[in-house]
Amino acid sequence: MFKKIIIILFSTLALISNANSGSDGELLLKKNDPTQIKDCWEGFNRASFSLNQGLDKVIFKPVAKAYRTLPTPIRSGVSNSLDNLSNVVTIPNNILQGEIKKAGINTGRFIVNTTIGVLGLFDVAQRMGFPEYEKEDYGQSLALGGVGPGCYLVLPVLGPRTARDTVASTLNFLGGDAWYNVTVKNDTHHFSDFDYWASKGTSGIDFRAKNYDSIENLQKNSLDFYASVKSVYLQDRQQKILNSNEVIESMDDSDWEEIEN
Amino acid sequence: MVKKLTILFLSLFINISLINSVLSIEADIFVQSTVNRAADTLGGDLSKEERIEELKKIAKETVDIYGIGMYSLGSHRKKLSEDQKKTYKMVFENYFLKSFSSRLAEYSNPVIEVNSKEKINENYTIVSSTLVATEKRPAIKIEWRIYTKNKDKPLIRDLIIEGLSLARTQKEEFNSIILAANGDINSLINNLKNFSNE
Repeated sequence: MFKKIIIILFSTLALISNANSGSDGELLLKKNDPTQIKDCWEGFNRASFSLNQGLDKVIFKPVAKAYRTLPTPIRSGVSNSLDNLSNVVTIPNNILQGEIKKAGINTGRFIVNTTIGVLGLFDVAQRMGFPEYEKEDYGQSLALGGVGPGCYLVLPVLGPRTARDTVASTLNFLGGDAWYNVTVKNDTHHFSDFDYWASKGTSGIDFRAKNYDSIENLQKNSLDFYASVKSVYLQDRQQKILNSNEVIESMDDSDWEEIEN
Repeated sequence: MVKKLTILFLSLFINISLINSVLSIEADIFVQSTVNRAADTLGGDLSKEERIEELKKIAKETVDIYGIGMYSLGSHRKKLSEDQKKTYKMVFENYFLKSFSSRLAEYSNPVIEVNSKEKINENYTIVSSTLVATEKRPAIKIEWRIYTKNKDKPLIRDLIIEGLSLARTQKEEFNSIILAANGDINSLINNLKNFSNE
């Protein structure tokens, strides 16, 4: 079974990759340009998107609205804990991306916040002067390794992603996520499956609550909400892959240059 | 005589330079003053309708609506007939003003701090700012793409919120609508009209 999964994983990767290990920033930018990513399964994606909107209306939105009424220290604590937990995926990806220094910093951050920060409830590391935390995942590592994004995909419940990121996320279930390993995969007697799925659910609610107004605003003012979400998601992925918040680096100015006033 | 002419020429040159430096508006100061105007409107005692009208007025004066409209069309703008261009310009402006003012009208007393600016070239400067955190949401990083070709009248061409460009999102949304109608721009024009009339 495991062998089969590995074979499927690698053949899918071969399909979506343009094997190019020496990709520089410009190539990376071009490859992950939202306008270049094809919507191969648009019919399925739009149906899936409608289903997710329904789920959002009935479940996520009301829960996120209620969550927003909790006192700020509680919400910050939850958010900090989830960020701290995500280090167990970020650190191996720092190493895969050759960012050994960042891996060391994030390991230090994880140890400090898990111990002094009471299981990550308090971001003590930030107060101690650690640099700003940047999450990394296997999709980003594959992208930096030269794997192309493949087609855009919207999965029921899980939402938007690219083919590459979908394949990459299976690595979390194949030993790449220490939190999954100690909760679901192995019976450690300390944690249960519930702990893992509860953390994933809470993470979704926390994200929805943090972006509550932005999502409402985008929906209200979109002519085609599906296209807007696709654009926003792919722009965000591009930024994360490039590890950059710099507008200048990640935006092609040529189209602006043509427009005179 | 030559000396007098030289003095006259030099003083004229100095005057023109001084006038230019006084008249040209720095992009970061322009953003801060625009933000302050919007904040005064949002924090004032105006009714929602009055607020929206005031925000529309600010947008007309400070945003390059025509430029954003053309950018949002992407490569499709090259296919526009003169009639379509006229209609599009009108419906896009109505759409933009409605969308812009209704987005902003939801906020009350937003505090935006301008942090820095970076000149990309003669035509563009990026101004970085932060929408200060509230109880409900964390701080948000906002970058402003300022069109500075006319130094005396800089204009906003894009807002980049946490790295996500509003203009680019709009461009990809418009492209999706046009492609769904097999490249017919009239479909987009109708969508824009419907939005404005809702």
